[in-house]
Amino acid sequence: MSLEPIEIRKIAYLSRLDILDQDIPTYSRNLADILTLVEQMNDVDTTGVVPMAHPLDMPQRLRADEIGEISELINREYLQAIAPQVESGLYLVPKVIDY
Amino acid sequence: MELETIIGLEIHAQLTTKTKIFSSTSNCYGAEPNTQACVIDLGMPGVLPVLNQETVRMAVMFGLAINAEIASRSVFARKNYFYPDLPKGYQISQYELPLVRDGQMIIELEDGSRKAIGITRAHLEEDAGKSLHEDFQGLSGIDLNRAGTPLLEIVSEPDLRSSKEAISYMRKIHQMVVYLAICDGNMQNGSFRCDANVSLRCAGDQRFGTRVEIKNLNSFRFVERAIEFEVERQTNILKSGSRVIQETRMYDAYKCETRSMRSKEEAEDYRYFPDPDLLPLLLDECFISAVRADLPELPDAKKQRFMTQYSLSSYDAGMLTSSCALGNYYETVVAELGGNPKLCANWLMGDFSAFLNKENREITDSPVTPYQIASLLRRVQDQTISGKIAKDVLEALWFGEGNVEADSIIEERGLRQIIDTSAIGEAIEIVIESNPEQLAQYRSGKGKLFGFFIGQVMKILSGKANPQQVNKLLEEKLKE
Repeated sequence: MSLEPIEIRKIAYLSRLDILDQDIPTYSRNLADILTLVEQMNDVDTTGVVPMAHPLDMPQRLRADEIGEISELINREYLQAIAPQVESGLYLVPKVIDY
Repeated sequence: MELETIIGLEIHAQLTTKTKIFSSTSNCYGAEPNTQACVIDLGMPGVLPVLNQETVRMAVMFGLAINAEIASRSVFARKNYFYPDLPKGYQISQYELPLVRDGQMIIELEDGSRKAIGITRAHLEEDAGKSLHEDFQGLSGIDLNRAGTPLLEIVSEPDLRSSKEAISYMRKIHQMVVYLAICDGNMQNGSFRCDANVSLRCAGDQRFGTRVEIKNLNSFRFVERAIEFEVERQTNILKSGSRVIQETRMYDAYKCETRSMRSKEEAEDYRYFPDPDLLPLLLDECFISAVRADLPELPDAKKQRFMTQYSLSSYDAGMLTSSCALGNYYETVVAELGGNPKLCANWLMGDFSAFLNKENREITDSPVTPYQIASLLRRVQDQTISGKIAKDVLEALWFGEGNVEADSIIEERGLRQIIDTSAIGEAIEIVIESNPEQLAQYRSGKGKLFGFFIGQVMKILSGKANPQQVNKLLEEKLKE
């Protein structure tokens, strides 16, 4: 299975990775190798096998609906100390508008 | 070429849990920005989401209420996209295996007939934060308090054929989630919002036309207008021989139009996959039965019962069953009064509701109890007080302190209705004697002045006389 440069650019865009044009052939080859491996699995007979959603064969545990204790893990000043820019308690980011 | 409108709705209902869906942070609306966003909500590295049991209970309850299938095994998936109000870079949602499938909601059409609207699925997911685009000079402010708020996304089949049907369906879903007390239904705060998928096809076609998605409609009126605008827009495109482009549009409430959102490149490629941080959700019959046992009498059933048990009109019964709390309140009043369900209905839907609206209160925190309302209506019923005076008593009960009965207010303020004919007769005499000019005019044919006399008599009697009685006595007197 081969990947066209346009597909590599699309994957990079979806992952927000800024890749260099010169590296595209390498990525294309690496990804194609992975896909070849995946394709091999298509040969396995999976009739009657329930698709696995998680490697652990355990159910999800549920949490009671109780407010947790107040700690630094919810302290705004503590958490915003690593933010590049804040104002009036808000995180400031480059403007993104959809329309 | 006759065109048929096809509409499907995706409704997002925020669940009224105490905490978020995957963290134990408070889920209360309106806190200072980012004071209710913990490391899990912020998507910090190394944290793990833990599912809130209450969100599962609420989703199952909704599923049972719409006669849906509850999945004994459902799976959470990551929906990947990049936006600053989604710090993890993905939203935890459900994709291939949602918790609730194949339900339905019966809506009533304008002609009174009924139609079943299919509900494809309802799944649990987390809400994103909020972006504020004003006041930051080229930057956006991000408040992540809403991030991780539990949402139930309710997806309908494309069964709706007009904006009217869409609104009717949306109202029924709104009523249901409020009724089950799983969502506060507040559309202004965004607790209940809707995306509409709209397409047209030639009548008789089996295949659907190209659809357009209209995002984030947060009022019934906007949904109706946006759909109507979109139907007209697509009709014009198709009639001119062009094609509708599949896209996402937003509704501009000021201009009453839908506008293309800059089509986000590759935006539809969400690359869903099972979230490795969450194990499959397994529900046993025991859990589901327990929720079923908690299910209240549902709105449609209650409405029917109100119509037969209390002989109410469809409209009255519908109003009184619009919320569980109102229905219960009503039944308590009727039981306490020992009958006269129509009188109780009129008062609850009329003056009492007006007070709630004016004071911006929910019925659950009304300062007047159903017992007090019953004590008031008892005196309306036996004509101790007139309807007009009763409004004043209601006001006194509303602003009064403690649990006083209407009787003590009536006695204290001397509001007992005057039914003593001689007292009313005396007042009439006084009015007639002191207004000879009006009397002459009335007798020479100016019938409208009757109201003037009534008003004067009532004024002397401080409004406490029985209006019918005053009418009758005054009429007799003026004829003399």
